[in-house]
Amino acid sequence: MRERVIRWVLLLMALGVLVTLGLIAFFIFQSGAGLIVRVGLGDFLGGTVWAPTADPPQFGILPMIIGSIWLTAGALVIGVPLGIAVAVFQVELAPAWLSAILRPTIQLLAGIPSVIYGFIGLTLLAPLVRSTLGGPGLSILTGAIVLGVMILPSVIAVSEDALRAVPASIRDGAYALGATHWQMISGVLLPTARSGIVAGVILGMGRALGETMAVIMMVGNALTLPLSPLESATTLTSNIALELAYASGAHREALFATGVVLFCMIMLLNAVATMLVRQRAFSRRTTS
Amino acid sequence: MSPFVELLAEHYQAEHPGVAIDVQGLGSSAGIRAALDGVSELGMSSRPLTAEEADQLTQMVMARDALAIIVHPTNPVTGLTTEQVRALFAGSITSWAELGGPARPVVLVSREAGSGTHSAFEELVMQGTQITSSALRQGSNGAIRQIVADNPDAIGYISLGVVDDTVRPVAIDGVTPTIAEVQSGSYRIMRPFLIVWHRDHELSPPATAFLEYIHSPAGQAELIRSGLVPGEAAP
Amino acid sequence: MAYSQQTARGDYAVQRVAFGCIWVAAIVTIAVLVLIIGVILGRGLPSVSWEFLVGSPQDMGRAGGIFSTIVGTVVVGVLALLIAAPLGVGTAIYLTEYTVESRLTRAVRFGTESLAGVPSIIFGLFGFIFFVTYLGLGWSVLAGSLTLALMVLPTIIRVAEESIRTVPRGYRDVSYSLGATRWQMVTTAVLPSALPGIVTGIILAFGRAVSETAVVIFTAGTALNLPTSLLAPTRTMAVHFYILAVEGISLPNAYATGAVLILTILLINVGANALLHRLTRQRTRR
Repeated sequence: MRERVIRWVLLLMALGVLVTLGLIAFFIFQSGAGLIVRVGLGDFLGGTVWAPTADPPQFGILPMIIGSIWLTAGALVIGVPLGIAVAVFQVELAPAWLSAILRPTIQLLAGIPSVIYGFIGLTLLAPLVRSTLGGPGLSILTGAIVLGVMILPSVIAVSEDALRAVPASIRDGAYALGATHWQMISGVLLPTARSGIVAGVILGMGRALGETMAVIMMVGNALTLPLSPLESATTLTSNIALELAYASGAHREALFATGVVLFCMIMLLNAVATMLVRQRAFSRRTTS
Repeated sequence: MSPFVELLAEHYQAEHPGVAIDVQGLGSSAGIRAALDGVSELGMSSRPLTAEEADQLTQMVMARDALAIIVHPTNPVTGLTTEQVRALFAGSITSWAELGGPARPVVLVSREAGSGTHSAFEELVMQGTQITSSALRQGSNGAIRQIVADNPDAIGYISLGVVDDTVRPVAIDGVTPTIAEVQSGSYRIMRPFLIVWHRDHELSPPATAFLEYIHSPAGQAELIRSGLVPGEAAP
Repeated sequence: MAYSQQTARGDYAVQRVAFGCIWVAAIVTIAVLVLIIGVILGRGLPSVSWEFLVGSPQDMGRAGGIFSTIVGTVVVGVLALLIAAPLGVGTAIYLTEYTVESRLTRAVRFGTESLAGVPSIIFGLFGFIFFVTYLGLGWSVLAGSLTLALMVLPTIIRVAEESIRTVPRGYRDVSYSLGATRWQMVTTAVLPSALPGIVTGIILAFGRAVSETAVVIFTAGTALNLPTSLLAPTRTMAVHFYILAVEGISLPNAYATGAVLILTILLINVGANALLHRLTRQRTRR
């Protein structure tokens, strides 16, 4: 009898995750979807003017979408090559003592609060960018550099897993054909681990898209459609956090609606990443 | 305006348990209407009354919200006209050279939509012209001040009460923004925070006491701490 | 020279360049961490004193210490974990011990992974809409803890499941052969062995809760007073650091708060790893 109760309790706990996800989706959609319907999805996503307190108010989030894309792309440009390189280093090149230093380093980088990253970007990097490259300093470039570092741990972890999963037989085969170490890595190891690495990249993409506090501190939050990385921009996340405190009525609804768009984008990305990881595991099971 | 009245109401209720002050911030027109119709004993307004409204209401200036246009201390520009500030923030003037300064691009720093400071700036300076989309946006007066203090090309607007010596406020239309100039009315980028009530209405004792508190040194000190300029003496 | 020798030399040149770049990447990664920690600790530690840690913030944080924010951080974080840990470990136990792979378990795992991917601002929005507004909790310790608990739940589930799976099958079989019920088997044979991993995971989840800002600002508020009840608003160290940093209230205090934050994270990470080593060594020694 007691066993039955315990089983039910544990089942309820397990369902809690699904309930939470459902609640989040429900409340966010309920608070924001109405405005998207009233404004029209096309005008909301494609509108270039965000003037929620004007008369009449305009709710176009295209500048934020473009800003998010710019920033995420920049973060990937910085973080992915760096991350894959470090993963390759850990798996193939690192002497044991250096690997032992690098591992906690990466763990610590993952643990540093995002507001500290943002602060470093704000006080150290932005003035540097402004004095050497021009522009206001608080720009997409500054954000991309710091965000690239912030997604390193995610990219490294998944890529490392993918690289380690490549069977020894495949590596040995490359050597047997006369490949140098680098040729084995570039010609055989990386391509074989490709889907896992791509999953890591998509994970990093999701993290970059979802980052809020660091971004707000570093990119200046101008409402333009940016044409260069030296310009300031706004992302979907930073606009929500910036305006939520004083927003009311339709303005607040519009911010929730922005949250709906963000939620959908990130859920889609994560689903793709999960599918890729599962596909890789499945194909491994069937081929080896 | 309502955050400030809420702040005062909170302090007042803490010291006078048993008195309930209910603050509803629904906009100046709603506040004036509520006082005219008797729906609420006191109304709040952050815009001056029209002639007809002033006929039927008694008004009291709770405090004044003055905006200072600030630049970096090394910026050679010390005075601007309201039209020039409007042109700057509309994006028509893009280089400091056009104002007699160095040939550097102007970096605008603004507040986010929805903030009281932002709406005051739009009302008093922009007057219908849109702020250009290339203006940086920050979430607080302090953040704007910090950016302007760090960037010689930056210009922004903050509450007068938040100005310190890391930034320099520019004179507008020949008037330097000081508390005296604001109270005398010569510095015009300011809006009065009014408490209004119906001319024929006899104020209840709790209402009178609360209004007295607003004008007491303690009440005014709270408002000054929040960045406002003191109002006039109690009626 | 023979063709094969020429190409070999070219190949090795390419390799040297490639490996050079990779080594640079590794060094850069370490350098970045050293830079961040060095700058914050270097500029912040001098301002950190005993008075700073136990003193209350004065003048909106311009002077005084950060005691109320430390209290806020600890209360919100510990409460969040008190809520999330049982839920997470319970879910992990259910997934590993009480069912077989089925549509339900796949759905729960999908839910866990999806929840793990939800960005913090969405959690902040949800916490604001649901806990602060709909349930009427207002900006409060409770609203902040509940939202944070939901945010770290996937981490705990993942770590707990991993740890439980590493427990050898034999432990379970022996337990059953001695006549244990499933629950007895779980609590006496599986959990104690899985404990090091689970505890480490909980400590790391606490680290995440400490670092969170977007969630806490919109659920627990930014009030500087010591929270007097679960329904009172509070400010955590990360939020305080953010406000000090962005509003230029006091740069020295911002660095000092940042230094305390980094030290806390360092402590949590080092502590979790050391605990894991000690507990695992104890287990294997027995």
